Amino acid sequence: MSEGIIYWLQQALNAFQLGSIYALIALGYTMVYGILTMINFAHGDVFMIGAFFCFLLSSLLGLSFIPTLLLTMLGTALLGVMIERLAYKPLRQAPKVSAIITALGVGMFLENFTLALAPYPKQVPLLLENVTWDVYGISISSIQIVIISLSLLLMLLLDYIVQRTSIGMAMRAISWDKTIVPLMGIPVDLIISITFAIGAGLAGAAGTMYALAYPVIDPYMGVMVGWKAFICAVVGGIGNIRGAMIGAFILGTVEIMVVAFLPSTFRDFVAFTLLMLLIMIRPYGILGKPRIQKV
Amino acid sequence: MTILIANKVGHKFGGLSAVTDFNLNLHYGELMGIIGPNGAGKTTVFNLITGVYQASEGSMRFKGIEIVGKRPNQIAALRIGRTFQNIRLFRELSVLDNVRIAHYAQANYGILEGLLHLGRYQKEEQRIINNSRYLLSIFKLEQVAGELAKNLPYGLQRRLEIARALAISPELLLLDEPAAGMNPHEIDQLMLLIQWIRQEFNLTILLIEHQMKLVMGICERIQVLDFGETLAVGTPDMIQNHSKVLEAYLGEVPGG
Repeated sequence: MSEGIIYWLQQALNAFQLGSIYALIALGYTMVYGILTMINFAHGDVFMIGAFFCFLLSSLLGLSFIPTLLLTMLGTALLGVMIERLAYKPLRQAPKVSAIITALGVGMFLENFTLALAPYPKQVPLLLENVTWDVYGISISSIQIVIISLSLLLMLLLDYIVQRTSIGMAMRAISWDKTIVPLMGIPVDLIISITFAIGAGLAGAAGTMYALAYPVIDPYMGVMVGWKAFICAVVGGIGNIRGAMIGAFILGTVEIMVVAFLPSTFRDFVAFTLLMLLIMIRPYGILGKPRIQKV
Repeated sequence: MTILIANKVGHKFGGLSAVTDFNLNLHYGELMGIIGPNGAGKTTVFNLITGVYQASEGSMRFKGIEIVGKRPNQIAALRIGRTFQNIRLFRELSVLDNVRIAHYAQANYGILEGLLHLGRYQKEEQRIINNSRYLLSIFKLEQVAGELAKNLPYGLQRRLEIARALAISPELLLLDEPAAGMNPHEIDQLMLLIQWIRQEFNLTILLIEHQMKLVMGICERIQVLDFGETLAVGTPDMIQNHSKVLEAYLGEVPGG
């Protein structure tokens, strides 16, 4: 193969890896928005907590990759449910802006709580042996394969839950009409808790995988990644699960391509500019539809 | 035997009383109508019974259980089903799924089984789908089971709402203006249908309606509301000749 094609394929692979992590986080934003029309700005910090759970489980308890991943997901899922119950549920009838401010507050709480316990960046132990293969000149690492395949698996699982199960059907129903779902006897609070658990669990998986690829973690790592994942969700059409995945892969691609051609300091500047242009062209996002407000 | 007793129920929006001193005695198997001018508080009564609004005073007992203070899903689980004045279907779900979803509160499997499709799930899911198809067939909707609810014509949407309300296996069915927007022929059909489902499913039915033909034709008793207060309760004959009612309500209907 020619040098050019190899180069492009290499970049595409890298973009796919980055996009998968963004997608897992973006899904949490979009699911919560879909069900509560609320932006959970603490979500990026749940991702950060996931990376720290991963650090604790692997370095202090010495667990291997699979148990670390599963326990991290379980831990962040519980954290997500707790955040919703303690911080958001009491404000469900309050103006939306109150819930958003609370979400920002919860995020800062998580950052500073972690900072108090871990003032210096932590090094996550190597959970998987990193082997790099050379396939026709494209270098593929085992970590890359794990990240991409695991993310795709989780996204397929989520799509299955939302499209094919009774709980998924209830989630979709709530996103369309919250008042009448309980009149079918369905406990809306339980469905909301499950939504937060799934979203935060995916963020935990993203935190673990991020720590695989970039093992130095700190309490503020979730801020920028969180903002970016949020933007992915908006670009894809917030509230739309498949849209969040598409938005994430677009941002992953844009970032990798910018770095490939321009100085790396241009990355976020160019990426955000392009995303803003995209939003101007499609204000409801790629798969989003304007919603008619029911009176 | 009464299935639902409301005793001095009141509800305020801000300082404004929407319903005051509302009393109701609904007997098992009865078909009762609530009538009254627009803004009389009829739909508010339905919202109070189903827990969408919380009564600010009074008590309501359904099958002997106090329901004031209970959540809408708890009340629905006691088997009170309802429809809405302005149709409220799950517009983006299929016709079949609209009816399926209303079965899930009573589905006989846990969350994990539901997520993983294990254990009792398969059998229960088949039962739910079969029952949903049966309900759709009653309302002649089986041909459109795969369509999105929002794509159905108005008349079919109305029927789908009743089918969905029946999916929670209600003992009490609340119908909010079921004949709204229907022509006389459709109203005749609806009257037969309401009487038939009442027999078939052993229902007590409470309905709000402006179409006098339907109310006078099938209701055994009628309660008249005006400005949140009960003006009269009685058989259709009594109501038609009640002076206060004629003044407040029927008097507005030309030749009524």
